[in-house]
Amino acid sequence: MADLEDLYREIILDHYRSPRNRGELESPPAHRVEGFNPLCGDEVVVTMVVEDGKLADIKFAGTGCSISQSSASLMSSAVKGKPLDEVHGLIRTFKSMMSIHEAALADEQGEPAPVDVRKIGELAALQGVVKFPVRIKCATLSWNALSQGLDELAAASAG
Amino acid sequence: MALDVETLRKDFPLLSRVVNGRPIVYLDSAATALQPRAVLAAMDQYYEQTHANVHRGVYATAEEATNRYESARVTVGRFVGAPDPAREVVFTKNATEALNLVVGSWGRANLSRGDAVLLTTMEHHANLVPWLMLSEQLGLELRYLEVDGQGRLDLSSLEHALEGVKVVAVSAMSNVLGTINPLRHIADAAHAAGAIVVADGAQSVPHLPVDVQDLGVDFLAFSGHKMLGPTGIGALWGRAELLDAMPPFLGGGGMILDVRLDRFLPAESPQRFEAGTPPIAEAVGFGAAVEYLETVGMEAIRAHERELTAYALDAVEERLGGDCTVFGPPAGEDRGGVLSLAFRGVHPHDLAQVLDQYGVCVRPGHHCAKPLMRVLGVSATARASLGLYNDERDVDTLIEGLAEAGRLFA
Repeated sequence: MADLEDLYREIILDHYRSPRNRGELESPPAHRVEGFNPLCGDEVVVTMVVEDGKLADIKFAGTGCSISQSSASLMSSAVKGKPLDEVHGLIRTFKSMMSIHEAALADEQGEPAPVDVRKIGELAALQGVVKFPVRIKCATLSWNALSQGLDELAAASAG
Repeated sequence: MALDVETLRKDFPLLSRVVNGRPIVYLDSAATALQPRAVLAAMDQYYEQTHANVHRGVYATAEEATNRYESARVTVGRFVGAPDPAREVVFTKNATEALNLVVGSWGRANLSRGDAVLLTTMEHHANLVPWLMLSEQLGLELRYLEVDGQGRLDLSSLEHALEGVKVVAVSAMSNVLGTINPLRHIADAAHAAGAIVVADGAQSVPHLPVDVQDLGVDFLAFSGHKMLGPTGIGALWGRAELLDAMPPFLGGGGMILDVRLDRFLPAESPQRFEAGTPPIAEAVGFGAAVEYLETVGMEAIRAHERELTAYALDAVEERLGGDCTVFGPPAGEDRGGVLSLAFRGVHPHDLAQVLDQYGVCVRPGHHCAKPLMRVLGVSATARASLGLYNDERDVDTLIEGLAEAGRLFA
């Protein structure tokens, strides 16, 4: 059962059983994004408030498996209150951690793997997911919703 | 008459596979069934000795290919009790295409704005989305028979629901609940109301003795790969008089009597509905699958699966207690071998992941029945489905894996 323990690490189970930042912020003023995983019917709603160049508040709601729910919970804990450039950096790091293809490419070119796990704290618990490719979409569901939300907010303020 | 599962399992090469260090426990036959060697051998033999295009050549192998394709049609038609199989069985890609054929051809020719269609909330998307698509174009009135608390169709207001209905489209057996619907009863009421009946037999034909004349339906759609045959082939049985009056579905070679630059004359059924080179080897494999099922005996298969379903339902209740719910009716006459599970505190996706470590193949998700998921109040279930090659050990391993998932997420 070594493989399963790789996937279902204690931190993941803890965030699944006791999710952080669960719920919905009032929208408006918060910005709201829905994400769907057509594979399993999972849905996630991410609500976020950006103030003074920071992700001032974030909550997630919806239903899903332990991977999608814990990933959303871990994400919200990691990005809440952080400056936007740091948030974007975490999104990039997380996405490359979930991308087997990109990691393999970097190795071929003799460059170090793009993810420095020391900088991502608890998020490293989700590393085992890449060994279960079917589950990657579960882990990235809420991150894609956050990324989409930040893009929409940036486009709105630029316009 | 009891099935010798131990011996029969040796006919299925895939059952000797080992996954994650465990012998495979295949519990996903509702999605697709495994193939016995006889089916694979028939297809190999066809490609090695016979292969040619059908219906046109005069050389020996072309004639043989045509004969094997057409005799598969008769074998498949007889299997479901078709009175005139050579005329009434149309080969399609799968059950989905068979249902789309009915909707796109019969539906388009016979329905118009405001006409009522009666469906059920337990339909697979294959018997729902084509009607929704037609309704988008024509503006139909879609009505639905509801599912009751035990997973059966609520037929208490059937006659009222049938008022003014032109067509009833209903699953013969639910791919989520395992419910075997009373088609004869529905068909009699539908005909009395002047409606025709389209049955989705994708789950029933592989697992129960099915006779279209006993059921009294007008169309029956089913898939080869769910009944031990290859993928890429399915069948539509339809009453000859209905098929003869239907316009073609797809246009192309093989479906015409004559073509001019400004018009064409379609061939008779079933060729009218089979444009282009058909899946010939697949038809040969489909025929071989039906012969295999007939040799084992559909009564014996049904008895075995019914017994195993009862064993599984009891095992879940006794060994997992209140943690695990199985949707659908209790074991009995109207219950097929499909077990959709909900486990307290564990998402179906996680259940399926843990079960994979035990070599157990189940399917998490909405099973192409999203409206039914909403009725059941879940976003997904983990579905274990039985076949003739499953036995009590398979169910025991399933229970063992479910118990482990319960411990892991407790």
